[in-house]
Amino acid sequence: MYFSMNSTTSLLSVLILTSTEEKSAIIIDTPDDSFVQMIKKTGGPNIQNCYQCGTCSGSCPAGARTNYLVRGIIRKALLGLKEQCISSPELWYCTTCYTCTDRCPQDVMPTDVIKAIRNVAVAEGYMLVPHQKTALKVLEAGHAVPLDSENWQNLREKVGLERVPPNASRYPEAIEEIRKIAKKTGFDKLIEEKEEKEE
Amino acid sequence: MAKKSFYHFLGCIIPHRYPSIESAAKLVFKDLGVGLLDMEGASCCPAPGVFGSFDRVTWATIAARNLTIAEAGGHPITTGCNGCFASLWDANHEMKHDDELRDAVNENLAEIDREFKGSIEVWHYVDALYSQIGLEKIREHITRPLKGVRMALHPGCHWMRPKQIKKKDDSERPHIFRDICETSGAEYVPYKDELICCGAGGAVRTADVKLALEFTKQKFDSLLEAGGADIIVTPCPFCELQLDMGQVEIQKHFEAEYHFDVLHVMELLALSFGHEPEEFGLATHLQYMQRKNQPNWERLGIEAKT
Ligand code: SF4
Ligand code: SF4
Repeated sequence: MYFSMNSTTSLLSVLILTSTEEKSAIIIDTPDDSFVQMIKKTGGPNIQNCYQCGTCSGSCPAGARTNYLVRGIIRKALLGLKEQCISSPELWYCTTCYTCTDRCPQDVMPTDVIKAIRNVAVAEGYMLVPHQKTALKVLEAGHAVPLDSENWQNLREKVGLERVPPNASRYPEAIEEIRKIAKKTGFDKLIEEKEEKEE
Repeated sequence: MAKKSFYHFLGCIIPHRYPSIESAAKLVFKDLGVGLLDMEGASCCPAPGVFGSFDRVTWATIAARNLTIAEAGGHPITTGCNGCFASLWDANHEMKHDDELRDAVNENLAEIDREFKGSIEVWHYVDALYSQIGLEKIREHITRPLKGVRMALHPGCHWMRPKQIKKKDDSERPHIFRDICETSGAEYVPYKDELICCGAGGAVRTADVKLALEFTKQKFDSLLEAGGADIIVTPCPFCELQLDMGQVEIQKHFEAEYHFDVLHVMELLALSFGHEPEEFGLATHLQYMQRKNQPNWERLGIEAKT
């Protein structure tokens, strides 16, 4: 034994989490570099600075309550385990609080790495339905949280404001511009594809 | 000297869910002699954790479109939302430093006959108050000091992080937001988890509201451990939604009940500038609408005309 355990339950959980009987080990012969290059291009340029100290995960409020491990995702990415990274539901537990970014001794900017991996995930069709709906709202109303009921207009009136604010809620041509942008970047397709997949 | 003016970026949550913040901000800036100009046709910032997580170039292009509205008028932008600030400030900064991104964005903007020029700055209200207007000037307007009100703070994340890039405040030991809030005369109450995230950001609230609420609950418990407070003040409407409406949601998802009055810094200042709560609609916070109750006027030391 290299370590002692205090209780059988924790020993058991360690075994379940690590046992290759439960899940076969991933064979890493030659790391595939293409995923790292993709991440570097999509907003995580410093990912290769990581020396796995764990400061990020130790600071992470999402990791404190879920199985989300930012250090682990970065390590997996560095080993080229793209599918593992982009398909994991935990990828979406980061609140982008940037605490890890402010503490990382290697300027990895882990938050931006996570966002870059999310970009790759979305490009490959991994998008949660509620996220897709939020994105759709921006294309429909110009706002992720739209002025979509009479009640909200009443609320504005109650606090002494005009019923409809001078943002995209008032100007349909603004929404049209957002749609044109989404069409140009192909973002509208990203959302549509997901819709078809769900059906 | 011409009057200082900002383009007022509203975003989504302030004008569509917490309009009392918009109303309070207008009162406060007017009192301070600072102009707020409408940004006609501004859209969602777009939400940095959501759109930034989906497609960086689309995120930057929509943000840049908003920036071009202000560029055309030649005034800086101010916003009262950490998320809007993050999108607009970050996109502005990234496009000024990353030619490849800037070119990609401008190619997209050409579709709608716009061009990002990089000619203006973006300020959070907190930033505008602190570095553009100054604490002294704010203090001159405090006519109703909130003496004896115990005030906990939730600065949130994105107006000061990432600190190396934003260079606004030391995110581990921030003082700017506290300095502004303390001008109100309320008494600052520290608690251990003051600096952790409210839980709503990064598209987490959208994906898993219960997980987001766990962050919020941790903050509330930490505050109660420190002896509690009369109010919680934040500079962000998304944090405000999470801390305010979140109390109603926590009651549904967990066996726990909290009663905190949550104020945006502009609502705090409007009160201490002598405005009555009904002038900007403090009682319209979603927590009160849902619970069919009112702010705890007694704890706030304010007599409301109801
Ligand atoms: S803190 Fe930085 S260097 Fe340390 S594990 Fe996290 S990303 Fe890597
Ligand atoms: S930004 Fe994300 S990964 Fe980093 S500490 Fe915050 S929640 Fe954790």
